[in-house]
Amino acid sequence: MTTQSTQPDLLYSEAEDDLRAAVRSLLADRSDTASVLVRAESGTPYDPELWKALAGDIGAAGLLVPEKLGGHGASHREAAVVLEELGRSVAPAPYLTSSVIATETLLALDTETEAVAGLLTELAAGRGTAVLAVPLSGSHDGHLPVGEPRITGIADAAVADVLLVLRADGLYAVETANVAVEALTPLDLTRPLAAVTLDDPADATRLADAETAEKAVRRGLLAGAGLLASEQLGLAEWCLEETVRHTRERHQFNRPIGSFQALKHRMAQVWLEVVSARAAARNAADALATDCSDAALAVAVAQTYCSRVAVRAAEECVQLHAGIGMTWEHPAHLYLKRAKSDEIALGTPGRHKEALAALVDLQAP
Amino acid sequence: MTDATDVRNRTKELLAAHPPAGTERTDFLKARFDAGLAWVHYPKGLGGLDAPRTLQTAVDAELTAAGAPDNDPRRIGIGLGMAAPTILKYGSEEVKQRFLRPLWVGEEVWCQLFSEPGAGSDLAALGTRAVRDGDDWVINGQKVWTSSAHVARWAILIARTDPDLPKHRGITYFICDMTDPGVEVRPLRQITGEAEFNEVFLTNVRIPDAHRLGEVGEGWKVAQTTLMNERVSIGGSRLPREGGMIGPIAQTWRERPELRNHDLHQRLLSLWVEAEVARLAGERLRQQLAAGQPGPEGSGMKLAFARLNQEISGLEVELRGEEGLLYDDWTMSRPDFVDFTGRDAGYRYLRSKGNSIEGGTSEVLLNIVAERVLGLPSEPRNDKDVAWKDLAR
Repeated sequence: MTTQSTQPDLLYSEAEDDLRAAVRSLLADRSDTASVLVRAESGTPYDPELWKALAGDIGAAGLLVPEKLGGHGASHREAAVVLEELGRSVAPAPYLTSSVIATETLLALDTETEAVAGLLTELAAGRGTAVLAVPLSGSHDGHLPVGEPRITGIADAAVADVLLVLRADGLYAVETANVAVEALTPLDLTRPLAAVTLDDPADATRLADAETAEKAVRRGLLAGAGLLASEQLGLAEWCLEETVRHTRERHQFNRPIGSFQALKHRMAQVWLEVVSARAAARNAADALATDCSDAALAVAVAQTYCSRVAVRAAEECVQLHAGIGMTWEHPAHLYLKRAKSDEIALGTPGRHKEALAALVDLQAP
Repeated sequence: MTDATDVRNRTKELLAAHPPAGTERTDFLKARFDAGLAWVHYPKGLGGLDAPRTLQTAVDAELTAAGAPDNDPRRIGIGLGMAAPTILKYGSEEVKQRFLRPLWVGEEVWCQLFSEPGAGSDLAALGTRAVRDGDDWVINGQKVWTSSAHVARWAILIARTDPDLPKHRGITYFICDMTDPGVEVRPLRQITGEAEFNEVFLTNVRIPDAHRLGEVGEGWKVAQTTLMNERVSIGGSRLPREGGMIGPIAQTWRERPELRNHDLHQRLLSLWVEAEVARLAGERLRQQLAAGQPGPEGSGMKLAFARLNQEISGLEVELRGEEGLLYDDWTMSRPDFVDFTGRDAGYRYLRSKGNSIEGGTSEVLLNIVAERVLGLPSEPRNDKDVAWKDLAR
């Protein structure tokens, strides 16, 4: 039955469920929302111990990396599950930037070369992190900052060990310590942004020629966008669950407010969108994992849809928590800020719709 | 244990013994039923093999490839989707033997006598009476929105057997003979111009007690089986990309550049994405069912498709501009089933308005999702412990 095998697998495997359980329990222990907030305010949102446990002990950082390079030879499907959990806990961790985008970019280079293999091995083991020197708002089919001396809006640049920099003649690995990194004030407190000034850093290592580099970077950004949908899914799920929990407990007019139809319908609608977002995000992860020809389309669909769902779930979470949702103490704002920032990250829904129009031959006037 | 190979071999044997080219349609379908290949998950002797439901795909693929006739599921949708699972669960052995074969083969079409003028979303408020008289029940009342009543041979019917009990507890479930002289079917012309629905008047209709499904007074519970299957069947089929209502409008967009503008383009792309996501969610639901992990998602799919059908068909009428001002045909007809793609955009627009009403309004389904899936508390009710006869009407 060949028709069967071309269908995307939209479910979770047992191994994926186990991975989810491990990541969820780690994040529950080490990264509850109160401590996320404290860290975010401290200006150093990342917890190195948490990263060591997630990336190294659980092995999440090496999921995309083949075993011969020290990784787990898993796929985007498993990495997507990790991102669902990171979204659900808004945990600050350079997973999307280092373990997905930078890793995927490096994997699209010649992994036989010592520099690429060495870097991948470090990343897979969780010993170091790397980020692509591209604005978080950039998309896989948009403008790339080739040879720009100052690049702004780079996510996680301040915590990364290595920057992957596109120059006119290829892709370079640059020690972050050797460039000027200027922290910016981000909307999303849990994903720090920075501007870097790159004039002639010492010890830049060339990893690939220009043509290979550009393809690899676009591939890295495509995978990032596709898996970001899973982060958005996890985030939306938390927002819905918390809103349901709150409205069941909170009493007004001598009734739990969750018994009012006006509120129930809004939560049921969010539920329907979360269920749909799950199918879209799984489809994108599966398309990336199987490297199917539909991957760009699956990513465009997932990004267009899941971005909106995450923002809406977070906005509904704030509204249905009412005054409580407006406070700094309640974590709803962390989720809203992450959701709104994720909507712009790696291409806005509008940008992905434009890409889709070309892919499915629905041309603009 | 029946496996895929076994099922395929049985299908080959069926095709060898009854070559589709030289066999009457209904004869082939009867043979298929008797071979257990009608619905493989049904019991042996009742058109199935007690096999996993997923093996049906192999049978269908084999038969389609051989050019075998199918049982026209669209025409017999109510029988297949609602009457059959209810009969299977609650019917006596005699009832199952009598009804399932002609139902599946399509010799007997079914309709559903549930809704009433005073009991739509509040279905349990129904007032059609069933009074015991010897071995029979005598039925009096009126039903409405009954699809296929004009072609149906049989109906599933719920009626009130005890008005002194609260409304959910005094209902009993029956199989009603539509050829009984007390049954009168009147066409109900709709917004589209056609009369796909009917009103059904029941005057001293006699139903033998042997045609009761479930215990006396347990009809609400039996009806839940029917209603669950009704909603699940909507999300259960596998669609190709652009397989639903988005298909015709996407095609029109590609073929008619003169109709395009930027506003329509943005809306079309958004709906294309939503249609693709709804298709994927339906596919995920199907995979969950196949893997034996039924989720609550089924109740949501109908909501999604209703809204999408309405928005897409509305956009399609607008896209067509001057042509959108026209309608294909207002002649009153009484179709056997709803044919969305056989008619123009205007018909799709008007007919899809029913998608958020039929089989449970979207408002009621949102309540169901909120209470049964999300576990939100129900609104206070004042109708649960009051005798039906004392309720406001």
